[in-house]
Amino acid sequence: MRSDANPNRASLPLKLAAIGGLLFLHLPILLIFLYAFTTEERTYAFPPPGLTTQWFAAAWNRPDIWQALTLSVKVASVATLLAMILGTLVSAAMARASFFGRDQISLLIILPIALPGVITGMSLRSAFGIMDIPFSTLTIILGHATFCIVIVYNNAVARFRRLSGGILEASADLGANAFQTFWHILLPNLGTALLAGGMLAFALSFDEVIVTTFTAGQQATLPIWMLEELIRPRQRPVTNVVALIVFAATFLPILLAYYLTRHGSETAGSGK
Amino acid sequence: MMTAIFPARSLADRLTTLFWRKPKLLLALMLTPPLLWLGVIYLGSLAALLLQSFYSIDEFSGMVVPEFTLKTYAELLRPQNYDIILRTLLMSAAVTLGCAILAFPIAYYAARFAKGRWKAVFYLGIMLPLWSSYLVKVYAWKLILAKEGIITWATDATHTSGILNAILALPVIGGNSLSTSYIGMFAVFTYVWLPYMILPMQAALERVPTSMLEASQDLGATRAQTFRTVILPLAMPGVIAGSIFTFSLTMGDYIIPQIVGNSANFIGMAVYQLQGTAGNIPLAAAFAVIPILIMLVYLALAKRAGAFDAL
Amino acid sequence: MPAAVEFRAVSRHFGPASAPVKAVDAVDLTIAEGAFFAMLGPSGSGKTTCLRLISGFESPTAGEIRIFGQDVSATPPHLRNVNTVFQDYALFPHMNVRDNVAYGLMVKGMPRAKRYAKAEEMLALVHLDAYGSRKPGQLSGGQRQRVALARALVNEPRVLLLDEPLGALDLKLREAMQDELKSLQKRLGITFVFVTHDQHEALSMADSLAVFNQGKIAQIGTPAEIYTQPKTRFVADFVGSSNLLPPTLTQSLGGPAKWASLRPETLRLDANGPIAGPVTAIRYLGAGHRISLNAHGHDIAAILPAGSALPEPGTEIRLGFAPEALHIMDEA
Repeated sequence: MRSDANPNRASLPLKLAAIGGLLFLHLPILLIFLYAFTTEERTYAFPPPGLTTQWFAAAWNRPDIWQALTLSVKVASVATLLAMILGTLVSAAMARASFFGRDQISLLIILPIALPGVITGMSLRSAFGIMDIPFSTLTIILGHATFCIVIVYNNAVARFRRLSGGILEASADLGANAFQTFWHILLPNLGTALLAGGMLAFALSFDEVIVTTFTAGQQATLPIWMLEELIRPRQRPVTNVVALIVFAATFLPILLAYYLTRHGSETAGSGK
Repeated sequence: MMTAIFPARSLADRLTTLFWRKPKLLLALMLTPPLLWLGVIYLGSLAALLLQSFYSIDEFSGMVVPEFTLKTYAELLRPQNYDIILRTLLMSAAVTLGCAILAFPIAYYAARFAKGRWKAVFYLGIMLPLWSSYLVKVYAWKLILAKEGIITWATDATHTSGILNAILALPVIGGNSLSTSYIGMFAVFTYVWLPYMILPMQAALERVPTSMLEASQDLGATRAQTFRTVILPLAMPGVIAGSIFTFSLTMGDYIIPQIVGNSANFIGMAVYQLQGTAGNIPLAAAFAVIPILIMLVYLALAKRAGAFDAL
Repeated sequence: MPAAVEFRAVSRHFGPASAPVKAVDAVDLTIAEGAFFAMLGPSGSGKTTCLRLISGFESPTAGEIRIFGQDVSATPPHLRNVNTVFQDYALFPHMNVRDNVAYGLMVKGMPRAKRYAKAEEMLALVHLDAYGSRKPGQLSGGQRQRVALARALVNEPRVLLLDEPLGALDLKLREAMQDELKSLQKRLGITFVFVTHDQHEALSMADSLAVFNQGKIAQIGTPAEIYTQPKTRFVADFVGSSNLLPPTLTQSLGGPAKWASLRPETLRLDANGPIAGPVTAIRYLGAGHRISLNAHGHDIAAILPAGSALPEPGTEIRLGFAPEALHIMDEA
């Protein structure tokens, strides 16, 4: 075999390009960490002239940030809960034998995330307009739960597929009724996949900005607060700190979801 | 002697019996809540959108006239609106191409050569940026591209500011600074959607059996020939699947053009501004219908190319 | 006393009524109490569907199923006093072995101490006393199989169903388990119904068996009856190997103009035998040799015991057999 053409060894340029690509994906995020500590108030100067932790205290004392954070947590929690219930139901149904309209249903589940967010947002906005529904926390949740269903669904349906139907039958065979089977067999085996789906749904909802701008009215979730700061910067260092918080609030659930499902064939997050 | 049949002792037993006799009932019970939600809230909203795109706005009062008309759609053909659509499509195509080029080495390496620990590193290395906050990622690029930011600093430090200035001096795609140019916008879009291209590409490449590559080499093909005739065609469904995401996401985005770029208008921005400050919901709705139509065509073409197997 | 399991004209059709797939078609079947009953057939012959009809995971589209005389058409699986050893064992992966075995007792509300005591007792019966705290993933295939057996038997079912119970085990383990199952069944006196596609397993373990073909029972009887007196060409061919003689050949050998079956081991070298032809192949079997010859265009196989003088390939030989070895089949 030619020494330069061993098919099981990557060539140096490929290796460099791959690792360079990974770095390209991560370095910008690391920059956020640095900027949260900068002493520069007015510009995005690099390198920072000095480092300080004072902006964390400044952010802590901002009632508007607290308000936005509370709203985001509230919306993400309720939307996740709703998505978990609806997503689990539909994945359980879809995991069963085929039935009429199955393909249409899977398309319907995926649509809110397959179409650009601006369409989901604009559609909800139109519907609220036509029906004279005033914007509120509820309208935000309505939108978020809709696109979170698919996240839970993706995680749960993969687990259902891996779960041999055999153990559900075995449970019934041994005398368990449907509810006992659900509680003792299905839930423990589905648990981590559901939890992972929930984590990802929470992260997605917590971070969502496009649909939210159409359904929030005057209220601000944390991403909306950040977006306003991005367009019209008022206090850049505080925004840097908030960026770090938003990053952490989405990063941790994702990492947790990964560890919950890493032993399965259906590791969480393969489809956003 | 025990009997062959146990009596139903509880409501749970009786319900189980009912579900066993009528499996469709259980299915219906499970499907009803999610289908009601998606059917009423989501499809209902899409219908509302479509409906409003056929309304028009009274030019004097600024009120929506709820009567069927194609007037609003005709407005899309005005030069400034037509420009928006064209600009958005061009950007989406450029971003898709950029993502495909950048994604390939990562996906190929992760699929073919990364083993054990490195496999996990690559998996998390792609997954974390995919899921981490969109807005934070955009924000990071605002920091990077700023006139006083890291790129300017780096070019100064390496005495290459001349190259940067030459690029910025290019007509159309250049600008005052990176953060106010199409180049900057392109960079941010490419960065943000790159993981969406890597994943399906990697999935498609992982399905190429190593033996097939070895067979190709065995038959005397050079690396370049193997790549062109075996790997690339097999990766294609993955590329198309990924392009569905990158194209659709770029087309619908209105945050990035708002924060980075020369404030030229894009479809997403137009929708947002028309429904908000301008209060022209019918035109906003008509604009929003365009990405739907384009994506429907795109999906149909992708389906024909077999891209759905790679999703 | 009623039979343990009784099928009366039971059918299970799938798909549209206009073009149904007849998985089980008008089957009549009676399994006596205390029997070790085998359902034998190739894959897709309907044997597994029959098992699932007994456990309740399939419902008949026509006919009636009785278990110990009681019609079970309205009884879901969890209320049938019938337990199954599944083909892939279907052990609960999140529970240890003890909890797996005690599961049936737990869902019926037996207190923890009592059900654990029973589970341990049952684990001792299948020689897994020390394994209660392990997870199924930590067990070998044979051990899992025994856990599945203990998990079913602890419920003291009136009928135990076994779906290809030995299919996933290697040859040596399989033979050991055959003996163990057989003795377990004798000791407990429970009716065992097992499904297999392995004729050796069916012949050696069952005390009566049904041969399935295309959703119907081709023949039902004791292993000896099935082997020596196959009713149809299918049975003769599927159970053991056989020389199937078309009517003309049967007639030339002195029988009626009907299909007949002639087992290879009943043939011997005989200078005056009625079957004559050149030897086309000789194969060494260990316990003997298998000789193929061509008699007037028909391939005939004979198994000669070790130590017999072997003809050279290509030479003309004659084969003979005892008159009772020629089994005439009624099937046209």
